[in-house]
Amino acid sequence: MRYLPLTPAERAEMLGVIGAGSVEALFEDVPAFARLPGPVPGLPLHASEMAVERHMARLASANLSAAEAPFFLGAGAYRHHIPASVDHLIQRGEFLTAYTPYQPEIAQGTLQVLFEFQTQVARLFGTDVANASMYDGSTACWEAIAMAGRVTRRKKAVISGGLHPHYIATAATMARFTGDALDTRLPDLAAEPDDAAVIAAIDGETSCVVVQYPDVLGRVPDLAAIAAAAQAKGALLIAVVTEPVALGLIEAPGKLGADIVVGEGQSLGVGLQFGGPYLGLFGCRDKFVRQMPGRLAGQTVDADGKRGFVLTLSTREQHIRREKATSNICTNSGLCALAFSIHMTLLGGEGLAKLARVNHAAARKTADALAKVPGVTLLNSAYVNEFTVILPRDAREVVRELAEYGVLGGVSLGRLYPEAFALHNGLVVTATETTSDDDIHALATVLTELLADTHEGSPT
Amino acid sequence: MSAVNAAGWRPEMSQGSAQGAVTASGDKGLMLEEALIFELGRPGTCGVDIDEPEGAVLPGLEKFLRASAPDLPGLTEPETVRHYTRLSRQNYAIDLGPFPLGSCTMKHNPRLNEKVARLPGFADVHPLQPQQTVRGAVEVIVQLADWLVTLTGMHAVAMTPKAGAHGELCGLLCIRAALEARGDKREVILVPESAHGTNPATAAFAGYRVENIPATADGRVDLAALTARLGPDVAAVMITNPNTCGLFERDMKAIADAVHAAGGLVYCDGANFNAIVGKVRPGDLGIDAMHINLHKTFSTPHGGGGPGSGPVVLSEALAPFAPLPYAERTAEGYCRLIEEEDAGTDHPHAFGRMSAFHGQMGMFTRALTYILSHGADGLRQVSEDAVLNANYVLRSLEDVLDAPFGKAGPCMHEALFSDVGLAEGFTTLDIAKGLIDEGFHPMTVYFPLVVHGAMLVEPTETESKAGLDRFIASLRSLAERARAGDAALKAAPVLAPRRRLDETLAARKPVLVHPA
Repeated sequence: MRYLPLTPAERAEMLGVIGAGSVEALFEDVPAFARLPGPVPGLPLHASEMAVERHMARLASANLSAAEAPFFLGAGAYRHHIPASVDHLIQRGEFLTAYTPYQPEIAQGTLQVLFEFQTQVARLFGTDVANASMYDGSTACWEAIAMAGRVTRRKKAVISGGLHPHYIATAATMARFTGDALDTRLPDLAAEPDDAAVIAAIDGETSCVVVQYPDVLGRVPDLAAIAAAAQAKGALLIAVVTEPVALGLIEAPGKLGADIVVGEGQSLGVGLQFGGPYLGLFGCRDKFVRQMPGRLAGQTVDADGKRGFVLTLSTREQHIRREKATSNICTNSGLCALAFSIHMTLLGGEGLAKLARVNHAAARKTADALAKVPGVTLLNSAYVNEFTVILPRDAREVVRELAEYGVLGGVSLGRLYPEAFALHNGLVVTATETTSDDDIHALATVLTELLADTHEGSPT
Repeated sequence: MSAVNAAGWRPEMSQGSAQGAVTASGDKGLMLEEALIFELGRPGTCGVDIDEPEGAVLPGLEKFLRASAPDLPGLTEPETVRHYTRLSRQNYAIDLGPFPLGSCTMKHNPRLNEKVARLPGFADVHPLQPQQTVRGAVEVIVQLADWLVTLTGMHAVAMTPKAGAHGELCGLLCIRAALEARGDKREVILVPESAHGTNPATAAFAGYRVENIPATADGRVDLAALTARLGPDVAAVMITNPNTCGLFERDMKAIADAVHAAGGLVYCDGANFNAIVGKVRPGDLGIDAMHINLHKTFSTPHGGGGPGSGPVVLSEALAPFAPLPYAERTAEGYCRLIEEEDAGTDHPHAFGRMSAFHGQMGMFTRALTYILSHGADGLRQVSEDAVLNANYVLRSLEDVLDAPFGKAGPCMHEALFSDVGLAEGFTTLDIAKGLIDEGFHPMTVYFPLVVHGAMLVEPTETESKAGLDRFIASLRSLAERARAGDAALKAAPVLAPRRRLDETLAARKPVLVHPA
């Protein structure tokens, strides 16, 4: 076995040192009935690197990858060009094969990266501080709701209909068991997000208001107005950012009054990966830092007075506080945070701003092209790189038909909201710097063809 | 010549060599200092060539535009590559030597797994693509699920949890949903004192009250105390097996039977599955749920603190409650993911959803690659060699380090020592920091809490005997120095990029971001 260095002779020699007659003797604490006499029945035996690679490559080739098709999916996961140096650097063994920096003297690389990452996230979000990462945007969102409950000592969260439905489902799952109340709503197929409904729902019992920015339909809520309304009732505003590239163009949520800003960092450096691993981003005001979940890297000095970094404020965490911890999170998304940080370092603030403009331009072109398709209407009055169009029939079917033509045409609202029939003609379409004019042309052309029958048959 | 070590150097040649020198740059040969990107970068610098954006901003968006670009310095590609490469050299890693962190299973990460995970058919696929375009990805999830179910002798598996603690949460929520479905409201989770901190934290996170159960003198769960505490308010027990003392819970089946008889369920923390994979099926011991850390047993890289992945295998009683999306192979052999759209008919008792998408696909591809490489025979050899290596460490050092449970018999995949016998004023921390100067990553220290000054050594099966012998020689030397009260040890490390860091200062005056 190519990964196991011990030779039979060494095994025998080591058993001699141990004073055991056989390896089997080392398992004497396992009751005999539970010890298998040989390999687990019903499973194949070891295989060569070449054979395994072939098997896996065959499975990989059974998927249509984004690069192989005109691609317009978003809704919480975004395809951006990742500079080659990002993936090269995260594969350095010193990053890839290290663990949580429990021994800071020999983990300054990871710790400094986390400190830089926290700073980048805080500056991007406009928050005072940020942590060293969560699992993904959806779990970070629930953690923020739980944290708002600890800060305000209230248990009712008002959730905008513009929050990604899987984020709502994740929070609802947890809330069911913790006794938190979530005041949720579906999105309306309207040009503007549901700011007014959300503001009207805030009362003296509200711990927090959760608003996605831009929202799941690509619309942009007025965070400043919602923040003011929340503050007036003693509630916190949690802003959720699923597409950090958008923040190159629109104002940072923290600057608009959000108390906690969470997000999905997958857009930068991480890649699509069929949904994971992704990267939860989590920032907040300084005064809430001791209620934060997750790991934090902090600056300090060593015994010679040299600057160095350590994991800090760990009295919030499970390994110290056990059942009184702010969260149960332990292993988080360290390597994804590194990838995000490298990509962000390559871009810089002005590069991110420019990238966001390029994304926006691609989205405008796409929206203009789709708006010309007979039967298609554009919903949004504002968007960055993602918008919603209304089709004349169920968008789920249209998406499947587009795929038959080799076009990955967007995310249907039927996929996201299977129970909400009123939304089923909606299609969320995303364009990024990877979207070419040819891609846009292909989508518009095939869509025109697919909708022709429907449209001709319907009154104009 | 007698004083020349295995690497061909006389030990005295290295005495204080790096620390004594003073250089104008602050760098010392290959020991390189590195500034923060905020000190290196220049506003406006960009390491990515981006086309000039065409056209104007949508009029409707104008009122939302940011006042100025984010205050983030950029670096060109050569500067970026150098920054992170220099930082990487301040890290210890498995690729450099043994990383015997107990309970973390720091084994070699095969590079084939990295190559496979990067195939565009896995890496460049969106989680919401129509299922007709992701058949291979879904099949990876189902094939891995099949392996995990068979290796553990369980009934089903929930694949979506994103790390071990998330898996614990998934298991407890399955348990809670199952109890609620039978109208049974129970509020207490029993957790042994030796448990990892995530166990009680998870139980509290899931809305339960936590009670500790004591350990026996031989480092195992006190079956009598546990049985005495069982009752109609106990929802479940969480048992780590092998446990955090590196010992197999011999009474596991009896514990499970007692808990079941009292109407509760059994959660097994599978963090230490590496000790028994391919050799013992936890399902044969009566458990109801167990998470598997793919980043431990199945070698997906630890990445400086994640990402992990924590699928949870489930008994027949809990399987209906597994969260969405739920991967299954239909009776016709067809692989699919059940999401909300079909859950009402096909998986109606799911307790909900734990995250936005399908779980850690990038970890699934790596873990499946690892599993296929090893096969059922190789995995059995994995656990045997892991246990052999740990016992070799235990018996090679028990004359100089106190092994609290060593007398009673073999350990599993971890050797546990205490600080008993060290000279007055010398601690486990001193030995750990001494290991850093010796060129090793220290073991897990001060955990489990049930042993004073615990040192938990998990060599894993991917260490060679020669590598272990070097580690043992260093640890032996440090143990002898700590027993003899060698004052120089209190200063360790002196040869690392940093000496001991002031953690009190970091916590008292937190600096968590670089000031603007």
